[in-house]
Amino acid sequence: MASPTCGRDRRGELIVDGETRVQINEESDILQARMHARELAADLGFDATSQTLIATAISELARNMLKYARSGELLLRSATKNGAGGITIVASDEGPGIADVALAMTDGFSTGRGLGLGLPGTKRLMDDFDLVSEVGRGTVVTAARWVRPK
Amino acid sequence: MSRARPRLIRRASRNSVMPVPILAQAPYLIASVRNALTDADLVRLQNDLLMEAQKRRSQGVVVDVTSLDVIDSFSVRTLQSMAIMLRLRGVETVIVGIQPSVAIAMAELGVSILDVRTALDLDDGLAYLRARPQGRADRGR
Amino acid sequence: MTSTAKAKVRVGSNGGTTATSSETLKDEMVAYLRQDREKLRREWAQAVIADGGQWLGATPAEQESQSATICDTWVDSLDTANYRRATENAERMATQAARGVTSPEGILGAMLALRDAYWRSLSRYYLEDPDRLIAALKVFEPVSNKILVMVAMAFGAERERVMRQQQEAIRELSTPVMRVRDQLLILPIVGLIDTDRARQLTEQLLTAIREFRAMVVVMDITGVGAVDSKVANHLIQTVDAARLLGTDVIMTGVSPAVAQTIVTVGVDLSRIHTVGDLQGGIDLADRMLGFRVIRDESGATPADSSSVA
Repeated sequence: MASPTCGRDRRGELIVDGETRVQINEESDILQARMHARELAADLGFDATSQTLIATAISELARNMLKYARSGELLLRSATKNGAGGITIVASDEGPGIADVALAMTDGFSTGRGLGLGLPGTKRLMDDFDLVSEVGRGTVVTAARWVRPK
Repeated sequence: MSRARPRLIRRASRNSVMPVPILAQAPYLIASVRNALTDADLVRLQNDLLMEAQKRRSQGVVVDVTSLDVIDSFSVRTLQSMAIMLRLRGVETVIVGIQPSVAIAMAELGVSILDVRTALDLDDGLAYLRARPQGRADRGR
Repeated sequence: MTSTAKAKVRVGSNGGTTATSSETLKDEMVAYLRQDREKLRREWAQAVIADGGQWLGATPAEQESQSATICDTWVDSLDTANYRRATENAERMATQAARGVTSPEGILGAMLALRDAYWRSLSRYYLEDPDRLIAALKVFEPVSNKILVMVAMAFGAERERVMRQQQEAIRELSTPVMRVRDQLLILPIVGLIDTDRARQLTEQLLTAIREFRAMVVVMDITGVGAVDSKVANHLIQTVDAARLLGTDVIMTGVSPAVAQTIVTVGVDLSRIHTVGDLQGGIDLADRMLGFRVIRDESGATPADSSSVA
């Protein structure tokens, strides 16, 4: 992954030392984010399937931001926990926020309801998951996935 | 095998991308989706398929998603609604070529394209369509 | 010879170690041990081989070379305080022990014998200067201890490595995907299912589906232990993933308790085919695939009296 200590590539993405920020303003940004996530995951030693899981989680989060907040930022970072390497994702937007977080975290298919935000699914794809939201201010989703020892 | 002429539609937006080419293999249509597919592309694909299917009286459509490295819940919903729209016109849809790791991700995500038929690849997809009784599309799986 | 050299060094010393630095003492020991090496090596190697030390080497030439390497490594470590070669030797010996060429006891016994041999050698050299001998042994002890510990630890590490390999092999074996007929796979699942195993299972199944172009999979879970909601989730996800590849899945061996658990997870059971037992599952699969099994009464084929239409 092209990462000078600090710099901007031509898409205006800031890359700092294994950290990538992607501004999500349009759909092609989602594809960029997925690509960066895959690259970082591969570098960290995630297997092919795990890379896909991570890229899928990124896609869900980015789409949500685009659809409900019109724009947002994805921060991808490598991290270590208990000696295992992993990737952390912070998806933050200044959108309308989620009024009923409990409902947002309900699976649609089991109750027929749910907000269809793909959040419970995203939570399943990642090992750690946290959501903070305030109506009128925005939403921040933090998630992480760790490399399994072989 | 006759080929549908892919129609180039120029768009003003920066996301101008070639629409998904649709091949005609009577009485079916085949659409091979490339990666880097936007929601708008999928909507366009749905419209194109509806028009072509109507023009050629197609009985089925095979959508090949082999080159998609991610299928998220939005894509699934769009593919599903596309299949429903086509079914209303009597056209059955089969989605083929879902990559194993993508299938695993989709299963974990909890989206499993419940109403749309899937098959391993193009051959199996066409075989399924041929084996179906002619006429009205059935309700799917 | 050696004793006169020793006498020369000792001239002027007041019999204690205060007049010499430990560095000089160490150099002196190293120089002596290297000089005495062949004698020491031969004695030690002979004793080891007599005691069943074939691991030292298959031929006399190998034995000589191996024992020389080990002896030299000890003195090198004493000299340079670098234990890289010692580590390499330890790992090599551990591998030999793991392969059954020798036992950990055999090797450790031999290493202890080598330490004793060095002690005897140093004792001979400093026979007339007990204080210096004590000082020399003090210099030598940490080196020999470190190497001995290294060898002992290497056995443990090697054993762990082998166990992990065996566990991995068992996991591979315990999720065999079997191609029974054209387009039909059977996946009997036995044992406990955790996240890693479930993933491995699913990947193996999907690979097999693609390779054999399977249309139906019979997944038997009779042998799955402890089906709680997490396990049920894993199984359902495996089914879902297989279906996305266009394969129908028939689950067999679903007890009423397991069925209840699956429903609790929130899955609509009607979207999976469930059949009581494996045979019933295969029968259903045959029907789905359009197979009919007929018994051939003509007696033409002796051993196998059934054929698949």
